[in-house]
Amino acid sequence: MSGALLPKPDMATLAKRDEIVADMRIIVPGEGVVEAESAMRAFESDGLTAYRQLPLVVVLPETVAQVSRILKYCDERNIRVVPRGSGTSLSGGALPLQDAVLLVMSRFNRILEIDFANRAVVTQPGVTNLGITHAVEHEGFYYAPDPSSQIACSIGGNVAENSGGVHCLKYGLTANNILGIQMVLMNGDVIRLGGKHLDSDGYDLMGLMTGSEGLLGVVTEVTVRILKKPETARALLIGFPSSEQAGQCVADIIGAGIIPGGMEMMDRPAIHAAESFVNAGYPLDVEALLIVELDGPQAEVHHLIESVDAIARKNGCTTNRVSNSDEERLSFWAGRKAAFPAVGRISPDYYCMDGTIPRKELPRVLSGMRELSEKYGLGVANVFHAGDGNLHPLILYDANKPGELERAEGFGADILRLCVQVGGVLTGEHGVGVEKRDLMPEMFSEEDLNQQIRVKCAFDPNHLLNPGKVFPQLHRCAELGRMHIHRGQMPFPDLERF
Amino acid sequence: MASFTPGSAQEVLNIVRWAAGEESPLEVLGHGSKRGIGRPAQAEHTLDLSHLTGVTLYEPEELVLSAKAGTPLAELRDLLARNNQQFAFEPMDYGPLLGGPSGRGTVGGALATNLSGPRRIKAGAARDHVLGVHAVSGRGEAFKSGGRVVKNVTGYDLSKALAGSWGTLAVVTDVTFKVLPAPETEKTVAIMGLDDAQAASAMAEAMGSSAEVSGAAHLPVTVVGRFLGGTFSSQPRTVLRVEGVGPSVDYRIDLVARLMRPHGQAEVQEPLQSRALWREIRDCKPFADNTPAPVWRVSIAPTEGHRLVDAFRRAAGANAYYDWQGGLVWLRMEADPEAEILRKLIAHFGGGHATLIRAAPALRSAVPVFHPQPPALAALASRLKEQFDPQNILNPGRMAAN
Repeated sequence: MSGALLPKPDMATLAKRDEIVADMRIIVPGEGVVEAESAMRAFESDGLTAYRQLPLVVVLPETVAQVSRILKYCDERNIRVVPRGSGTSLSGGALPLQDAVLLVMSRFNRILEIDFANRAVVTQPGVTNLGITHAVEHEGFYYAPDPSSQIACSIGGNVAENSGGVHCLKYGLTANNILGIQMVLMNGDVIRLGGKHLDSDGYDLMGLMTGSEGLLGVVTEVTVRILKKPETARALLIGFPSSEQAGQCVADIIGAGIIPGGMEMMDRPAIHAAESFVNAGYPLDVEALLIVELDGPQAEVHHLIESVDAIARKNGCTTNRVSNSDEERLSFWAGRKAAFPAVGRISPDYYCMDGTIPRKELPRVLSGMRELSEKYGLGVANVFHAGDGNLHPLILYDANKPGELERAEGFGADILRLCVQVGGVLTGEHGVGVEKRDLMPEMFSEEDLNQQIRVKCAFDPNHLLNPGKVFPQLHRCAELGRMHIHRGQMPFPDLERF
Repeated sequence: MASFTPGSAQEVLNIVRWAAGEESPLEVLGHGSKRGIGRPAQAEHTLDLSHLTGVTLYEPEELVLSAKAGTPLAELRDLLARNNQQFAFEPMDYGPLLGGPSGRGTVGGALATNLSGPRRIKAGAARDHVLGVHAVSGRGEAFKSGGRVVKNVTGYDLSKALAGSWGTLAVVTDVTFKVLPAPETEKTVAIMGLDDAQAASAMAEAMGSSAEVSGAAHLPVTVVGRFLGGTFSSQPRTVLRVEGVGPSVDYRIDLVARLMRPHGQAEVQEPLQSRALWREIRDCKPFADNTPAPVWRVSIAPTEGHRLVDAFRRAAGANAYYDWQGGLVWLRMEADPEAEILRKLIAHFGGGHATLIRAAPALRSAVPVFHPQPPALAALASRLKEQFDPQNILNPGRMAAN
């Protein structure tokens, strides 16, 4: 966590800094190499600002050939590399290392091709998520995954993190919405996976790359699927006297065969913070508030609104509003979308967690969180992607009070342990990064983790790409490659032979 | 030669450990319904998972189902149907095309071969729905990846790596899939008389509309008579499927029909007929002719499918039809597979891949069944294989010659 140990800097690399900077200037001429401390400050952290570290040097390449040369150069000289897109990671995935080149992909900012007939956009990785939608919306198309940072986060970073958003129960994560990538391996090899066609011609390496948090390769081009915008969208704003009832309502909606475009839940502290911030008209006398958005053809949305309305009533909702205009629908969302800054107003600092649980465990996890809240003496507000079970507890603390950050982190770790205990996972969409790295053994055995690290060995055998992230300990590949042979009798020797 | 039929994950682990110790290759099998796909096996023993069966978790309201690898897909399909749910990736049944019975295949096999169907263009393939696995690597080590929740980015997605790996990386013992509500109903608009190029633009227009078309196929005149017991007139048919709740299907089918009016005369196929038709499109019915004539499955950009076929036919005799808006081309060869010509043309038309799904064993030994990869990619794939199965004991040679 904030005291997380990063790999020990390599003294030989630090000693050769001037030479490395000079060589980087040869590979990337012009303004693409940043080495002054004052200028490098802009890159010292990502969206997880509790961690800061200046890199060895910042390099902003412009061409695939430059990326390939930089990586090959570093691979041959045993120099670490940390890739970075827009730097919006909430888990420290792009946190620099003292002895590593920070490879910033922001100059890869062009859309290369828009192909409406094949519903595909070929883009450089530094283009923002929302930038893709902006490029195709004049024809009524959009790119579906919508992480909350979509105005700033890059599509290359989305691939690295397998980003989601509020619509992913219906429309999928990044992994389900990309068709192809081009990437560069640490040894400089340029590899193309997929394209405008579907499925892989061999192992699903694109599936492995998606969500690999910059440890396997550097994405240099992405082909995404674009979709036609739904004809219409309407939302319901439903309040319940208990989170159990809200949870049951969610289960019943899905049980009825309805997959809403978005289904969000907020608990009482989050509702109150949001309402006092944006006056969205949220009811203040409820324990849980649901926003259910249905999108699609008009006939379908009108039909399903009635079904959801009936399910909400059956589950004892105390307030229930249905949007009758787009303006009203957006007002329902206003509070939810402002939930994080709203919580920021009631507390000097907050720490955002990101576990996923089986939805039916929500009441148990919420009550566990209340106990932990007392134990740690810190408040917590909850927003919840209710459709897919992805929880975002916001832990309230004050970094200026000695020990509160550590307590917040301890609280957060306990919440994630609780998520794993009930059958969930450590992270639904923010990634492991540095933040949850040391919690990986809560979810995976050593053999599980070793097999993951072996995948890394196939891509980056010297562990030079983004080390110190995801894995608590990176075993050397040679060590992991050793076979432990179990010689013995053939199992079940009484089996019939033929 | 022995055939192992483990009944538990622990037994699978014991067998693979033993085989790793002996460096003795295993052919990994479920029902063997897709055994005829790939390079002919060269394994000493078979590891038959068809006794490793049973649903280990099914929570309809959580949209999640876990089953042991050898559980029959048909059984799961029935279980899901009873709860008005389905595997949205619409797994095809290769049985009839390969000259075997229909209705066979296991859930582990569905993952290992990354099955999909006509809904691939809207809902994805098995890879898009797998949430987690338990497996045993060729090193003889049990590991798990993923979980049982639909949103999870914790660690590398090894489940996806196993999708489409044809049992060459690890033996899956338990698999968890996301399941989704089954559509209440479906209908299909059929446009008559389009040639392949006209069909490609009609399908692109339909897929680019807000009608949420879940199937777009073109059945040229050379195959159309082989669907639904020969009840179609001898005109090419371009078919577009719409699924969902009743009022929505009616609304959208009208939308599609209106959109398609400028393209040609259209008729609407009602739910029963629509369902039967798409099953036949999914399972490659026109080429399920009990012959060993080579059949290719080509994936290419949808707008390029018909161009590829046109160019290929100038060099070789082949019959063809299209799914996935034109991006999935099923090709039945009159004689030789003509692999090199086909693959050169695929590269020429923007890339994609061709798999020789059906051919006599001698041909499958001689011709690369899976699409050859450029050197850097092939090297990466082989390094990955080494990390899972360093001694090459799992389905050796199935995907690529050793």
